Amino acid sequence: MMELLTTLSTTVSTTLSTTMLLPLTFLLPLLGTLILAFSRGTLGYRSSALVGVGSIGLAALVTAVIALGFAADPAPQNMTLWTWISVGDFTPSMGLALDGLALTMLGVITGVGFFIHLFAAWYMRGEEGITRFYTYMNLFVFSMVLLVLGDNLLLLFLGWEGVGMCSYLLISYYYQNSANGWAGFKAFIITRIGDVFLAIGMFLLFSRLGTLDIAEILTLAPKAWQAGDTTVELAAFLLLGGALGKSAQLPLHTWLADAMAGPTPVSALIHAATMVTAGVYLIARMHGIFELAPVALYATGVIGALTLLMAGFAALAQTDIKRVLAYSTMSQIGYMFLALGVGAFDTAIFHLMTHAFFKALLFLSAGAVIVSCHHEQDMRRLGGLWRKLPLAYMGFVVGGAALAALPLVSAGFYSKDEILWQALAADQQGLLIAGLVGALLTSLYTLRLIIGTFHGVAQSDNARHAETGRGLAHGLPLLVLAVLSTFLGAWITPPLSGVLPPGPGEGVHAGHGALELMAAATALAGMALGVWLFGLKRSWLRPAKHGMGAGLWQLWHHAWGFDILYDWTLVRPYRGLVALLKSDVIEGFFRLLAKLVRLVHLGLSRTQTGRLRGYAATMVIGATLILLSLALMTQGT
Amino acid sequence: MNGVPMEHGLVLASILFALGLGGLMFRRNMIFVLMSLEIMLNAAGLAFIVAGTGWQQPEGQVMFLLVITLAAAEASVGLALLIQLYHRFKTLNIDVASRMRG
Repeated sequence: MMELLTTLSTTVSTTLSTTMLLPLTFLLPLLGTLILAFSRGTLGYRSSALVGVGSIGLAALVTAVIALGFAADPAPQNMTLWTWISVGDFTPSMGLALDGLALTMLGVITGVGFFIHLFAAWYMRGEEGITRFYTYMNLFVFSMVLLVLGDNLLLLFLGWEGVGMCSYLLISYYYQNSANGWAGFKAFIITRIGDVFLAIGMFLLFSRLGTLDIAEILTLAPKAWQAGDTTVELAAFLLLGGALGKSAQLPLHTWLADAMAGPTPVSALIHAATMVTAGVYLIARMHGIFELAPVALYATGVIGALTLLMAGFAALAQTDIKRVLAYSTMSQIGYMFLALGVGAFDTAIFHLMTHAFFKALLFLSAGAVIVSCHHEQDMRRLGGLWRKLPLAYMGFVVGGAALAALPLVSAGFYSKDEILWQALAADQQGLLIAGLVGALLTSLYTLRLIIGTFHGVAQSDNARHAETGRGLAHGLPLLVLAVLSTFLGAWITPPLSGVLPPGPGEGVHAGHGALELMAAATALAGMALGVWLFGLKRSWLRPAKHGMGAGLWQLWHHAWGFDILYDWTLVRPYRGLVALLKSDVIEGFFRLLAKLVRLVHLGLSRTQTGRLRGYAATMVIGATLILLSLALMTQGT
Repeated sequence: MNGVPMEHGLVLASILFALGLGGLMFRRNMIFVLMSLEIMLNAAGLAFIVAGTGWQQPEGQVMFLLVITLAAAEASVGLALLIQLYHRFKTLNIDVASRMRG
């Protein structure tokens, strides 16, 4: 079997040049976008879905071929398509770079992306505007592939902004409800704050190093700066700012929960598997800068730890199943930032990959529940569904096990355990404890989600009359992603050696076994507590009505009140300022002037009677007056 | 040159101008309005001639030639307008053509 694979991969790599195939990975989604966009509504549901899913499927096939070629010859490949802009020394190219990191991301984007597109064909049936949906989805995949393949920061930024725009378009997909439009606005504006930081960081790097090429920056940076230099710290903090906005970390995290207004496959693709992890990719890609900036790197880890705790508590007090998953995504990306912060870049990417599998599975299963229960997504009105929706239940159990890092059998265990181990090896006790507490919280809210949704008795007619999902488009993605979420998915080792530096735990084994036991015990203890609180004493599923519990519920339900804080400190003062400027004094003066001119105009237009003799008389009187005054003046001198 | 004194000529020109002006302001018939205009132009021309003769300068006569040319052009345009207005309104009353207001 292995021999066959090896021969196959060598044949593939010799017959098909990888560099020839590489542009296809983003040209196919672009082609899909163009076909769908220019069909102008002439395509029906089936052809739209065929084009939308097919283009990503082909891109996934191309990626598989590239991966086979890469397995045979794991050398980084570069290709320059053309020079994009040429102004003096500033000559960014349309250049692609394929290495292990880019290939891992490419695999996640096209592979997981394909299954999500396929599932969307089931989820979106009967919805209006399927062509529009797939146009945006394909455009998103196009932008995301450009983001990870770009060999310079400017091309990366193009993809970065492209995914932000598609995120906005898809969050406000159901545009007839204005709340969805506002959610899209919020996501767009908050991520834009981060993007400004990223742009300034790019300017800084270009002004100091004279290039935006990522490989060149990484070789030039150690020569230009000492470790801990102020400039490089500043550059790293600016890049971090961009990553925080995109990856929904503190303090730019508030948009992600509202982004759940979009269709569920969108949440799975953009707000769980790919786009929100772009920040992690950015930091891993620019690891050379962060290694020179220990303060920024430490800040990354601390922010990750704070976010994972904050979001973990918030996820405990949500009733909307998609919001639970949104906060859990924030929390899991917090783990990735924690791993980045202790210098374990490859571990962060490994967790990114497994997280893409199991979180996509959880979101798709949530989508299956939502469609089956006639668009009911409030946990308080679901319940008792496990008999009716076995496939979605399976998805939730397998995905939830991976999320809560069920020891040995789940993919999440291997990646999360690795993160905790790296934190211990880097001697970051605080981050390690935060990670362990986070693991306990993860187990708790996962159990609460599964028990609240699938066990007990159905709480509403929508749940009682749930319709079981059928068909290939419904079943296949759930099954494949479920397989990838088990330990089988953890067997996929991202080819990151040589691209990213080894983490602090590399080659060290002292205490690894003890930590594994501790992590496993924490996860199991959390699950046991979850079963006891939510399964046996079911009252814990309901929000507390009075006392300290009610206060905590309110606090966590509103995710520690960040929205209210930002509303009072930023949004309201801004709106007040705008209102003030709208009716200011200077404006009033000019308005008065305009009024005066209008008045004079009205008066003068009265004199235009159309009577010729009147005009003549007026002229005569005027001329007489002028002559008289002239005569009087000459007399005076 | 012991001709007519310059003041007499100028007074005559002023009287003619005033007559023309009066006609322009008080006449309703378009033909008379045009005639009044001609009288005013000729009054100005007369003033030029008188002044030119009085001061022994040729510019007065040059200006008169200019005024005649102007009067001819004005008369042709004015008459063309008059015919058009008459076709439209079937009357020569100038107050009828007052539909354009401020």
